[in-house]
Amino acid sequence: MSLTKSPQTETGSTAAPPTAARPPGGRYALRAAGLLGAVLLLCVLLALSLAVGAKPLSLNEAWRGLTDSASPEYTVVHEMRLPRTLLGLMAGTALGLAGGVMQALTRNPLADPGLLGINAGAAAAVVSAISFLGITSFTGYVWFAFAGTGAVSVLVYVVGGGRGATPARLALGGAALNAALFSYVNAVQLLDTASLDKMRFWTVGSLAGAHADTAQKVVWFILLGVLLALALARPLNALALGDDSAQALGAHPARTRAGGMLAVTLLCGAATAACGPIVFVGLMVPHMVRTLTGPDMRWVLPYCAVLAPVLLLGADVLGRVLARPSELQVGIVTAVLGGPFFLYFVRHRKVVRA
Amino acid sequence: MSVIRTAGGRSVAFRPRALAVGLGCLVVAAVASVFAIGSGSGDYPMTTGQVLDTLLGSGNPADEFIVNDIRLPRVVTALLVGAALALGGAVFQSVVRNPLGSPDVLGFTHGAATGALTVIVVFGGGSLALACGAVAGGLATGLLIYGLAWRQGVHGYRLVLIGIGITAILTGVNGYLLTRAQITEAARAVLWMTGSLDGRGWDDAVPLLIAMAVLLPVVLLGCARAMRMLEMGDDAAFALGVPVERIRLTVLAAAVLLVSFGAAAAGPVAFVALTAPQVARRMTKAPGPNLLPSLCTGAALLVIADLAAQRAFSGHQLPVGVITGVLGGGYLVWLLATERKAGRI
Repeated sequence: MSLTKSPQTETGSTAAPPTAARPPGGRYALRAAGLLGAVLLLCVLLALSLAVGAKPLSLNEAWRGLTDSASPEYTVVHEMRLPRTLLGLMAGTALGLAGGVMQALTRNPLADPGLLGINAGAAAAVVSAISFLGITSFTGYVWFAFAGTGAVSVLVYVVGGGRGATPARLALGGAALNAALFSYVNAVQLLDTASLDKMRFWTVGSLAGAHADTAQKVVWFILLGVLLALALARPLNALALGDDSAQALGAHPARTRAGGMLAVTLLCGAATAACGPIVFVGLMVPHMVRTLTGPDMRWVLPYCAVLAPVLLLGADVLGRVLARPSELQVGIVTAVLGGPFFLYFVRHRKVVRA
Repeated sequence: MSVIRTAGGRSVAFRPRALAVGLGCLVVAAVASVFAIGSGSGDYPMTTGQVLDTLLGSGNPADEFIVNDIRLPRVVTALLVGAALALGGAVFQSVVRNPLGSPDVLGFTHGAATGALTVIVVFGGGSLALACGAVAGGLATGLLIYGLAWRQGVHGYRLVLIGIGITAILTGVNGYLLTRAQITEAARAVLWMTGSLDGRGWDDAVPLLIAMAVLLPVVLLGCARAMRMLEMGDDAAFALGVPVERIRLTVLAAAVLLVSFGAAAAGPVAFVALTAPQVARRMTKAPGPNLLPSLCTGAALLVIADLAAQRAFSGHQLPVGVITGVLGGGYLVWLLATERKAGRI
């Protein structure tokens, strides 16, 4: 990996804010090179996700399937693996960024869209739409997902104590909302066995049902959310100093919070509507990233955007390998991988005094 | 606090208001039970007089069959499950010192559900095996959480956060088990996870009754006083001669068992463990864990909820967990809003 200063690679590889003031010495180059490395890692995972599955392909075959419409692999790659991979890419980016923004916004290291009940809010809204209103198309229920996400993120923020929330208090409020919403989801499924069959797969969090058009429909929402989140990097940095200092620096705390909520709503709502509730991705990735980059959001957010899909696609590929010839849904793999990480974090870091 | 002293130098202290609340709840529970037996599942309405006669042993044979074999076991199960879940919840909320620290939120019921789901999906077992699975799952989860939260003692928020983490993992595992099930098994599993009293017989009530006969004295007589001192803080309790960790381990183990046996009988009925102690506390206006009033409140709550579940939609019976879930969810949001202002969460 090159350690020379290469600002082009950094701005070229992601939509990172190009205004980053250059810190002294080689840190900037190191971080840029690290980001480039993360992008390369993402490329490897994308290739793996195309190649691994019920019918394993060599990378060569996968490439032929991708590009040559006459090859025997074309159908498998284009009908199944490609939509799934793209959806994993988008959902991963969305959840990672949402986690990063939420942790900064609440100043809370335990914030995660899954743990705080925000995905559950989307799930409850979607399940209602499917069961009571008979809406089965993605474009139909995605709006319900947004509504549920938005409502719960405001609720959990207010309930958790707004700016004065301690990590544990926010997590506990989120867990309680989670319990309430999933008990509602269970109840609805019970009263409507026909949709239980459809929804029991959706409520675990899976990329398997991805169709080409799901990825197409979700892409604009996520793109908008990604741009908004990245644009918030600088104001979020200011917010980390406290409201008064942020204001003195010319930032608008209220506007930043509203923008952050909107970004989280777009990102989580779209990702959850497309894949079901996936937990822990938004928790783990920002933590790992901060150990690499430090607290500067201008670096944290782009790294999250690249490394979260690495994690999600990795979990998805792992799920396909582990349970051959069937597969483990990605939401289960992230829960089982992320849980121990969370437990380690609670035990060994000073999140909780006592 | 009133004190009765006997001639032998022994004394019993009690709060008149708490006692009144407990008795009041028992009366409500009894009235609701009689009403539930009179109008309960199936088309065989009975008058209150008939029900009372039959319960006292002087009814006609048809009534006796309906009451003793069909409706009484269901009502008794409801009373016991409500009491067990509520007492477990009261213990947890007291130890965690947080109104939200109930077994539903901390993952114990999820563990019981994992055990039961494993039995349903992997072994296709009957109701006895299912109950054993639920108890085993709840206990294993309890041990795991306690072990992970232990660092020179188990305390407050660390227990909560570990519980939340375990809950997230178990939710994934439970979801996976559901996807592996056939659709009929999946429906049975979801029904169990929601919590239902439909078709409960003496087989379901008796194990719970035995468990409670053992565990209630341990908690109520053995530990209640120490738990009140624990609420003042570990240091204060220790200074007053309470073996802090031993009491905590004992009551937590008892609470996990109560909740698991309750879940084994009727499924992890949502939010009874969370709401009953809170309702009881508001009625007694007393500090401390309020164990006995919580127990009575829980029993009354579940019988009434089950009655509502049977009669809310005519011709269509809902599982009781749907009612408690919806009501409990609403109550929870209200609790979150008000308790936060008071700074207790």
